Amino acid sequence: MSKVIKIKKGLDIPLTGRATDQKEKDTVTRRFGLIPDDFPGYKWKVSVKAGDSVKAGDPLLYAKEDESVRIVSPASGTVTDIHRGERRKIEYVEVEGTAGVGEVTLPANANREAVLTLLKECGLFAMMRQRPFDMVPFMPQTPRDIFVTAFDTAPLAASMLDFVDRHHLEKGLEILGILTDGKVYLSVPTGSGIESRAAEVYEFEGPHPAGNVGTQIAAIAPVDKGDVVWTLDALTAARIGRLFATGKLDFITAVALTGPEVEKPHMVETAIGACIESLVKGQLKNDGLHKRIISGNVLTGERIKDMNGFLRYPYRQITVIEEGDDADEFMGWASMNPRKYSVHHTFPTFLKGLGKGFHFDARVRGGHRAMIMSNEYDKVFPMDIYPEYLIKAIMAKDIDRMEKLGIYEVAPEDFALAEFVDTSKLELQKIVRDGLLYLRQETI
Amino acid sequence: MKGLKKNIDKIKPQFEEGGRFSKLQSVFDGFYTFLFTPNETGKTGVHIHDSNDSKRAMITVVIALLPCCLFGMWNIGLQHYMAIGSPDRDLFTLFFYGFFAVLPQIFTAYIVGLGIEFIVAQIRHEEIQEGFLVSGILIPMICPVDTPSWMLAIAVAFAVIFAKEVFGGTGYNFLNVALVTRAFLFFSYPSKMSGDHVFVKLGGQPGIDSFSGATPLGQLAAQTEPSAVVTNVVGDPLSYTDIFLGLYPGSWGETSCLCIFIGMAILLLSGVANWRIIISGLLGGFLMALVAHNWQSPLYPCTYLQPLEQLGLGGFLFAITFMATDPVTACRTRTGQYIYGALIGIIAILIRCYNTGYPEGAMLAVLLMNCFAPLIDYCVVNANIRKRMRRLTVRNI
Repeated sequence: MSKVIKIKKGLDIPLTGRATDQKEKDTVTRRFGLIPDDFPGYKWKVSVKAGDSVKAGDPLLYAKEDESVRIVSPASGTVTDIHRGERRKIEYVEVEGTAGVGEVTLPANANREAVLTLLKECGLFAMMRQRPFDMVPFMPQTPRDIFVTAFDTAPLAASMLDFVDRHHLEKGLEILGILTDGKVYLSVPTGSGIESRAAEVYEFEGPHPAGNVGTQIAAIAPVDKGDVVWTLDALTAARIGRLFATGKLDFITAVALTGPEVEKPHMVETAIGACIESLVKGQLKNDGLHKRIISGNVLTGERIKDMNGFLRYPYRQITVIEEGDDADEFMGWASMNPRKYSVHHTFPTFLKGLGKGFHFDARVRGGHRAMIMSNEYDKVFPMDIYPEYLIKAIMAKDIDRMEKLGIYEVAPEDFALAEFVDTSKLELQKIVRDGLLYLRQETI
Repeated sequence: MKGLKKNIDKIKPQFEEGGRFSKLQSVFDGFYTFLFTPNETGKTGVHIHDSNDSKRAMITVVIALLPCCLFGMWNIGLQHYMAIGSPDRDLFTLFFYGFFAVLPQIFTAYIVGLGIEFIVAQIRHEEIQEGFLVSGILIPMICPVDTPSWMLAIAVAFAVIFAKEVFGGTGYNFLNVALVTRAFLFFSYPSKMSGDHVFVKLGGQPGIDSFSGATPLGQLAAQTEPSAVVTNVVGDPLSYTDIFLGLYPGSWGETSCLCIFIGMAILLLSGVANWRIIISGLLGGFLMALVAHNWQSPLYPCTYLQPLEQLGLGGFLFAITFMATDPVTACRTRTGQYIYGALIGIIAILIRCYNTGYPEGAMLAVLLMNCFAPLIDYCVVNANIRKRMRRLTVRNI
């Protein structure tokens, strides 16, 4: 019997353009790119050259600090480009070919060390994250617990459980159990009926960010100073399970193509790192408006500036919205337009009957200010942390105060909703990410 | 509007770096963002934003102040015509008398305050911020109607520079700017700020025989025998209706409970003001008024007032609604807001009743609690920190 946790604080933003269940197989994409910036926590070096031929599952990048930690190719084909930017920083490694399945020899003895080494070499370790710092696990100690989230509540996100093989998920949870002395926790949405012998199942109910692993950790067993926990999504856990059950390694993923600017939002089965152009071509509305293509959801996703860009971690969603930089709004602050969405009661959004048809675009909708209004963040921040004070401590670079206020428990994605509702338009996620980098630099 | 935007965009380069008017860039940006919402799109973090911004929040407060402001202007006229013996003038005569009486003060407050803010914003190369839009209309409303404009200018300059800009501008001040202006006036020019002559504008005309220009609280402060009868400007005792409607002399924005309640409703419905501060402030004040009323004493004439009269007279209700709820200077944690509001209510009535030096305590109470608000928040946040540390020690055992 799994426990039910109700998340009371949060917000479900009524964005239009949810993907239908109709799933299309992507047979067109030939270009795949993996971006080291999607895997913070290590310094990445290339292990291939342009022109090398690779098979699915072969390493493309390895970590300077631990050579067994690798990022592997999702496709079989040729390495076409190792794109470097300023100061020879690797921007991405591009492979041209077809998405494939790799064959792996499983270790004879499934002890902790062997399992961990195999996960690292197969690129699945790089898909996990640790708290504190929200980076690829780099701290040497064994994790206190491992948290797996099986649902995503972000705007327009698709259901993970529809695309996950339950047997593989169970096997994956079993394998994860070998990696820790503590527990493996699986968070599922209420009513999903998932049970597991290898993991302790918690059912979550409530608005976004109930699906965020940070919210789940805070509700189940918060992270303290000195603790390390690992986090991953159910898709990665299922891949781990498939690997240890069958010896096959693949990076096929179901991507939700969503957003108000997509003609027919639907699911696409493709591989990680697929080129955006082939996924999005011909799918967008022909209304002459500037568009913003986001890999991920509107709160935490990365903007894809170039059609040659690639799908970014965690490889589950693409959202397309209007850019809005060509708008001409006269005295917008005085507007009573019912299509403007706001959680604050200074707009008529909260009146019943106006629930549909909100217009969203990428504009900041106001000037950048210092923190003025109070209690805005608390309404959408379900952890037992004072978000305003934590942000102020991060901005002041006060490490002692950051630790006391709970910096070890948070990741930038936990502040995404707070950034959305913020009247002062502060860049909260950037502040938190910079703060975590600073903290790592100064303490480790 | 496209035409207007095009024309303004044409002259925009002259206000940027290297342009002819680059020194006025902040002023230009201020007007530009007033007319047109900027098209800036998000660069990092979230890709969509809530439609609310600080301009909207500030304008809501200004709208909430309008009932008090308009009524106050009418009331100045009423008090004037009652004082000179012709109370039966029509609505517009009364209103416009008050309107023209306070117009110089409003202009002074805005011009001096915004002028300083523009200059400082230009020095910092930042956008001009809207904080002073509210303070500018608030300041004349809490000063007596006969305040000379030059005095107001000095006070506004002092408050904006030393209570706001020195700390970093909007969002960084720890004292309420309007109240610092008032306090400066009160302590620097005490004879001009209190007494019988400054709250009713006679305009050089003689008052009738029964005329008394003292505010109700001023009357109580000057009382020699124990009695709780406060009178209006021509000597008739004030009823609860008079107090509720605000038909007596005082700082012209503060008298009418009805208009303050309308403003309170606007602020609470729009969520700009925090209901915790207001409710706990009213409860705290009511409690202290009950205590004072129970232990009446001829040494402290204010204790003869009924609790509801205590809440309705003077600047108490206005301070609780518009000054105590200033989000920047108030407590920012929920628990802290209850404590902060309650203490303001208690201390305001306490000073009013038991400190014979000050007929009204609301201004001082809010300024005092502004100083203590960070401490209250610190203690509340510390409770959270201690919980976290305790969890850590339990684990490590």
